[in-house]
Amino acid sequence: MHRLEEMWIAISTGILIIFMVVVGYQTFALGMGPPSNKETIDPQKVDQTEPFDEPGISKIGDNEYEVVMTLQAFGFTPNNIEVPAGAKVNFIMTSKDVTHGFQIAGTNINAMVMPGHIQKISHTFDKPGEYLVLCNEYCGTGHQLMSTTITVK
Amino acid sequence: MAAANKNSPKKHTDNENESSLRGTIVSVGFVGAVIVIMWAAIFGLYMSRI
Amino acid sequence: MKQTQALNLQQKTIKALGVNTSDAKVSLSYLSVAFLTLLIGGILGLVQGLERAGLMELPPWINYYQVLTAHGILLLLVFSTTFTIGYQYANLSHALGGLLPKVRKFAWTGFILMVIGVVLAVTMVVLNEASVLYTFYPPLAAHPVFYIGLVFVVLGIFACCIGVFINYRHWRKNHPGQTTPLLAFFAMGVFVLWFFASIGVTVEVLTLIPWSMGIVETTNVMVGRTLFWWFGHSLVNIWYLVATSAWYVIVPKIIGGRHFNEKLIRLVVILLVILNIPGGFHHQIIDPGISESIKFLHVFMSLSIAVPSLMTAFAMFAVLERAGRRKGGKGLLGWIGKLPWGDVRFLAPMIAMIAFIPGGAGGIVNTSNQMNQVIHNTLWVVGHFHVTVGMSVVMTFFGICYWLIPYLAKRKLTPQMNRLGVIQTIIWTVGMILMAGSQHLAGLLGDPRRTSYTTYGDHPTALSWVPYEYVMGIGATLLLLGVIIQVYAVINMMFFAPKGKTAFPVSEPEDGAPSAPMWTERWGLWVVLLLMVVAMAYVVPIVDMIVNAPPGSPPIRTW
Repeated sequence: MHRLEEMWIAISTGILIIFMVVVGYQTFALGMGPPSNKETIDPQKVDQTEPFDEPGISKIGDNEYEVVMTLQAFGFTPNNIEVPAGAKVNFIMTSKDVTHGFQIAGTNINAMVMPGHIQKISHTFDKPGEYLVLCNEYCGTGHQLMSTTITVK
Repeated sequence: MAAANKNSPKKHTDNENESSLRGTIVSVGFVGAVIVIMWAAIFGLYMSRI
Repeated sequence: MKQTQALNLQQKTIKALGVNTSDAKVSLSYLSVAFLTLLIGGILGLVQGLERAGLMELPPWINYYQVLTAHGILLLLVFSTTFTIGYQYANLSHALGGLLPKVRKFAWTGFILMVIGVVLAVTMVVLNEASVLYTFYPPLAAHPVFYIGLVFVVLGIFACCIGVFINYRHWRKNHPGQTTPLLAFFAMGVFVLWFFASIGVTVEVLTLIPWSMGIVETTNVMVGRTLFWWFGHSLVNIWYLVATSAWYVIVPKIIGGRHFNEKLIRLVVILLVILNIPGGFHHQIIDPGISESIKFLHVFMSLSIAVPSLMTAFAMFAVLERAGRRKGGKGLLGWIGKLPWGDVRFLAPMIAMIAFIPGGAGGIVNTSNQMNQVIHNTLWVVGHFHVTVGMSVVMTFFGICYWLIPYLAKRKLTPQMNRLGVIQTIIWTVGMILMAGSQHLAGLLGDPRRTSYTTYGDHPTALSWVPYEYVMGIGATLLLLGVIIQVYAVINMMFFAPKGKTAFPVSEPEDGAPSAPMWTERWGLWVVLLLMVVAMAYVVPIVDMIVNAPPGSPPIRTW
């Protein structure tokens, strides 16, 4: 192998390792890993299963909220949520039919919500405004209509 | 380096030129830069949206 | 012994007469289907781009998601598959001195199976019985005939794989102590990877058939999705491996250079084959039901696939620099100007290689664990695979056409056709930069992929995406123009170009280069390593998904 080639492979692989160390540190030391909740649920009995029998928003701490949400073609329950600025919101979600995506444009909130699985993701809404929430996984003819908002005051 | 090449005898220069991979190392350096810049930009965006 | 003599004779005949006519028929048939598909898929692509930007309304008898499903299946699956087989079988025929009659039968069987399969699947899409997109994630349930069509396609792929394995083995048997020609080695890599990649989707589709027919009540959606990506991501890497075969072996000849150190080329092929399949997991970084540690293992596995590509970057620049310097290129970068930029056979694959720089870098971003949350299922991803597949792979394929088709059809590439090819390449490049560039940016602003025209009730965030979607529409228009020119060029070179003999541009090693080591031919070992990597990657998560599975999902139709 050419000396320069060895140098290039060493440097470029080193860069990849640095990338891994950075995201690995954030994931395992700072708890910033991607949404990976492992609880399951019967996808045909979502309405009868706690906590999804009563979807909605509840205050669980000092400016901290829990949103229990069900997704189904083509909407979110509950929708048009309002929270105060600086609120930390923990979303607990599942799907009542097909696979959906839960995305809030302009934030890092982006998670797959699949039937049979309970997904969790959290975000602190510091900036006031009306955030656009949308489904980003194709779920049927009305997929482009599946959206709601979160208003931060 | 380029100047040294110009001054050396012609035959030698040809040999030098054929085996030289200076351009290659600059080019892959560019590849590395694209990788780092793109990654850093998206990482920055990720951090700004925390 | 007799066989060897006959084979040698056959090789000599090929050298004297050019292409073997029966082998050429196989390749030309595959290529014809490829470019017919490209035309239809390209038209659907433009329709979709204009609808998405709100510039065009579809008639009531067809919907956006039908068009999108057909576009994905036709271009990502059918065009690339048929082109790959046509090109790889031509490589094999040339490199190994002709296909065995038995192998030709396998290729024809594969052809018929695939045509039946595609017709079945596409008919269901046209009838609006399968608007499930090309990923067909359960519990979206298409008509059973759609899945049966896919089974036929996969069987066709298997037939072509077996054909390649037989011919390769036969040559090795008759040439003891010799390494196979490089192009044949690449073909072997492509089809070995394809064979094992297809197993995932085969298992998935076979479980979905009884489920879609109502014989089985529910299905495990998580396992289905995982098996799909076992296949799905490997597939795009197969196209990429096909493209690299032309970068390493064909491009050096066209620029008047020599190919890179053969041992390293073979190492790149082996690494791509062994490491590839687990790459599919980075499509599931934000899925539920997979633990963070398993996901991080796959971050490592996906990033490791980048290493052979980094080696390719060095190798290709080295080949280009040496060739340019030999032609008198001086200074640090003077060799760049000495390359034959006016030759479409070089220009197209060269831009394809350059496109892989941002393409590969984007892939590294996508697989970087939580950073995936920024881009997942946004238009960024669509931009990413239009750069990697639509540019790196497809432009290489286009460049190959300008020598392969005249070679197969016993015709010549005329200067006019070359000029048309250069124009086509420029149009395609500009179109892709506009389209994929705006898709990347819109995706970062949150614009989702796979969504028909919507402003989400005129939400200001959604309205901010519209200008990017317009640029996307302009790019898509240029791309359709590119498709039309390319299809015209292919038809011209197949049937109307002046008769003549076109050379098959296979490059030679550098003078005094060491010959390829025999250990690279140990395909049994590479397959074992491939299976070990697959086992490492998949056994734990799939067993977990099955053992700790929630009650399954019934078939659902939401369109």
